[in-house]
Amino acid sequence: MVTTTPLEAELLALAGSVPDPELPVLTLRELGVVRAVHMRGADSVEVELTPTYTGCPAVESMSVDIERVLQEHGMREVTVRRVLAPAWSTDDITDEGRRKLREFGIAPPRAGRTAGPVALQLGPTRAALAPETDPIRCPHCGSADTELLSRFSSTACKALRRCLACREPFDHFKEL
Amino acid sequence: MTTTVSTTAALALGDDALVLSHRLGEWAGHAPVLEEEVALANIALDLLGQARVLLSLVGDEDELAYLREERAFRNVQLVEQPNGDFAHTILRQLYFSTYQHLLYAELAAGDGPFAPLAAKAVKEVAYHRDHAEQWTVRLGDGTDESHERAQRACEALWRFTGEMFRPVEGLDVDGAALEAAWLESVEGMLRRATLTVPEGPRSGAWRAGAGRQGLHTEPFGRMLAEMQHLHRSHPGASW
Repeated sequence: MVTTTPLEAELLALAGSVPDPELPVLTLRELGVVRAVHMRGADSVEVELTPTYTGCPAVESMSVDIERVLQEHGMREVTVRRVLAPAWSTDDITDEGRRKLREFGIAPPRAGRTAGPVALQLGPTRAALAPETDPIRCPHCGSADTELLSRFSSTACKALRRCLACREPFDHFKEL
Repeated sequence: MTTTVSTTAALALGDDALVLSHRLGEWAGHAPVLEEEVALANIALDLLGQARVLLSLVGDEDELAYLREERAFRNVQLVEQPNGDFAHTILRQLYFSTYQHLLYAELAAGDGPFAPLAAKAVKEVAYHRDHAEQWTVRLGDGTDESHERAQRACEALWRFTGEMFRPVEGLDVDGAALEAAWLESVEGMLRRATLTVPEGPRSGAWRAGAGRQGLHTEPFGRMLAEMQHLHRSHPGASW
């Protein structure tokens, strides 16, 4: 375990307070993408940032925002380094982050499940499927009666679903 | 941990991702429904992200993507095949994403230079594979028209699939085991989709499958021309 200085902890909190450019209700800390901050000199700092998806275009915007915030805090040189390992998972989203997503109208990812899509279901979309122990709930009305419209939605990290109770379409942050 | 990155292997994996990403991007504005437009663009974006990481391991990503000649690309010929109709694109996705998912799972389990990227990307590719499998069933077991088109695509692309399992220098994977797992999965999917598993050779018919050696099929040159022309015409241009 590398020790963190008080200044590093302060800068980490600042970097983590930057809002996500795609989901501005979440901070980068709540999204779980800011991994560490290391001082490289008196006023030079390196930030480790991990992407949600390898091709996430928001990473560049996040980097620029982190640089700006830390420079405003007196850092002359800010380097944002992209780290891949260990791979980010939706389990890295904090509980507070999940609550905010739901309030924003996005069904949060379900915690602690094996990443990846569920097993292939044949037959019509609305056929009664095996009862889910942990269904994806509509963020608007809370109903568990929802269906998948598309595995890919407005961004790579979301799927498009529809609530069969209130009929509202909604995004679901896919488990990864 | 092995830190030496084989240029041959990085280009092979990176070019597969880059070229397929570009092909899928060609669907933007042309997909049959909006949801599919978004899905294919998202898959393309994942692949582009993977390509950027892989190419950056062995050089400047922009130079590698935009300034190499056709013969310097090391992607398999499967990924450069034109989109064709939607069934053609889906079958290409099925063949490739099944391979890529199995490959990344194996690389992620090791400690080689591609393990971090593979561990990240394997989760993304699981969704690509799922997307392709669901559509394969829907098209194959759909209308007479969709079945016929899916069968045609399935056969047309079959001969390009053997190349994915040939050895690549610096890529520490068991090609034979990968191929066996791929065949089991793909053949199973085709049967579930009521499609007939093609009987023809999976390589060698007319030397199909020399992309890893830099020999590409005729449509690839035109794809590269489109992909590279802006960068070559306006060096250093930015938004």
